[in-house]
Amino acid sequence: MKRLVCSLVLLALAVTGQVRAETLQIEGSTTVGPIADAFAEYFMRTNPGLEITVKKTGSGDGAAALLDSRCDIATMSRFMKDKEFQSAVAKNVFPVAHAIAMDGVCIIVHPSNTVSALTTAQVRDIYAGKIKNWKEIGGPDAEIVIVSRDTSSGTYETFNDKIMNEEKLASNVEYVNSNPQAQARVKTTTGAIGYVGLGFVDADVKALKIDGIAPTKQTISNGTYPVSRPLFMFTNGYPKLGSTVFKFCTFYLTEKGQEIILAKGFVPVTNY
Amino acid sequence: MRGFLTLHLGRTALFLVTCTSVLAVFLIFLFVVREAMPFLAKFSIKEFLTSTAWYPEAVPPKFGTLALLVGSGYVTIVSIIFAVPVGILAAVFLSDIVSMKIRNIIKPIIEILAAIPSVAYGFFAVMVLAPWMQEKFGFSTGTNALNASLILAVMALPTIISVSEDSISAVGRELREASYGCGATRMETIFKVVIPAAHSGIIAGIVLGMMRAIGETMVVWMASGNAAQIPSPWWDLSQSVRTLTATIAGDMGETEKGSPHYRALFAAGLLLLVIILCLNMVSEYFLIRAKQAGGKR
Repeated sequence: MKRLVCSLVLLALAVTGQVRAETLQIEGSTTVGPIADAFAEYFMRTNPGLEITVKKTGSGDGAAALLDSRCDIATMSRFMKDKEFQSAVAKNVFPVAHAIAMDGVCIIVHPSNTVSALTTAQVRDIYAGKIKNWKEIGGPDAEIVIVSRDTSSGTYETFNDKIMNEEKLASNVEYVNSNPQAQARVKTTTGAIGYVGLGFVDADVKALKIDGIAPTKQTISNGTYPVSRPLFMFTNGYPKLGSTVFKFCTFYLTEKGQEIILAKGFVPVTNY
Repeated sequence: MRGFLTLHLGRTALFLVTCTSVLAVFLIFLFVVREAMPFLAKFSIKEFLTSTAWYPEAVPPKFGTLALLVGSGYVTIVSIIFAVPVGILAAVFLSDIVSMKIRNIIKPIIEILAAIPSVAYGFFAVMVLAPWMQEKFGFSTGTNALNASLILAVMALPTIISVSEDSISAVGRELREASYGCGATRMETIFKVVIPAAHSGIIAGIVLGMMRAIGETMVVWMASGNAAQIPSPWWDLSQSVRTLTATIAGDMGETEKGSPHYRALFAAGLLLLVIILCLNMVSEYFLIRAKQAGGKR
């Protein structure tokens, strides 16, 4: 019994000892989340006593959290909107963007589909409901099942921005709420078309060439692939040199950081 | 004196504890109304309820919930059509036909059905049921109204079975014996005497099952396909539909706080709350009637 009490006291001491450690709050995009997670894991392993929490609820939530000073770094898969900037400045928060990686949005189909290249206009017509059958664009005679990400995801915004050109999605478009789900829907549906980040393309789905350019690390990082976007970390002002936030936001420049970005299926912004 | 104090203090404490859940209901209602109010004040409520165009991020945005409302109604009604016959027959079997020993094995298993997390059902819907439907029935998409309805039916079953079974068991032995005494067979007794006598409780069970189905989010979000359309022709279950709950859950993450889209989602939540409230009143009415009927006998 005595021993138990002793060990409990020791445990309590150990716990309270850890609470005093430095903490870092990161909040935002589900797309950038895996990168932030892997960065955080590396930082916590190499700096014992550092406590990093990564929340992945959405770019909008990240921006809102930075505005309310609820987080040190907001991860975002889109740039901040004008309105968000304005309300930030009104609250004495000055967002600074760090582009940490590139994300190519790949248009994917079932591997059995004979179509392997489309133009931006063709993809737009499919999603707008003007092309309804694969045979209209040289594929098999099968109805096209259109899969989109939910309209508030960053991936949707990039797709909408680069492909849709202000046109509305057809009403029969199906919506899923994550990259793995979009990938799973296309993998199991022969007539499906969908779109996911480069990191979610594997042997079970086929990524299409868009306007004659296949999505690869090279074409995405040099900007020739038409459906790609930078991923951001936002801080309030430029972080103090040498601080943990500074190290975290510039970690993408290090060899280890780029290794992590590649391993998560994204493309480093520095290409050498 | 001490006894007096402990009695009253104890009572007050328990009263306050009980009040927290009542308070929670009111606060949630107030919060949803407060967040939805600016939308209801600014946009046409008629368009909100009668337009099928749900393009919240377009310029200008369109907030028509009719397709979503129909989607919610669609999966709820179809799932109830699947679940009610199975549920009532299972309840009859458990209360009137099977031996006590087997009943005591089956009933807990059915109750486990209610404890399975809905996301697990969702996984099953996306990874197993959807490809299977595409293969067997030749549907172009496996995540559709039928898929969501089937899963919701299974999820509504435990509620329907246990409430119906309770009320069928509550029908007195005299009534059954009187029926047998008049020369009725077992089947006639069950279908013409016992079920009509227990109808209040059965209806209450069905309405409770409906509430489970209409409020369910994760499963429909994963299994229904989420296409904001009214199926045409209307009986085509193989098409994707989108429900109010799935829209709220799916859109909320990345909307800008305070934007019209954000407010519209709260308005949709309010709509859902009103529907559930009505259903709840219906089920309360029938539960009270079932209790009174039980008391008389």
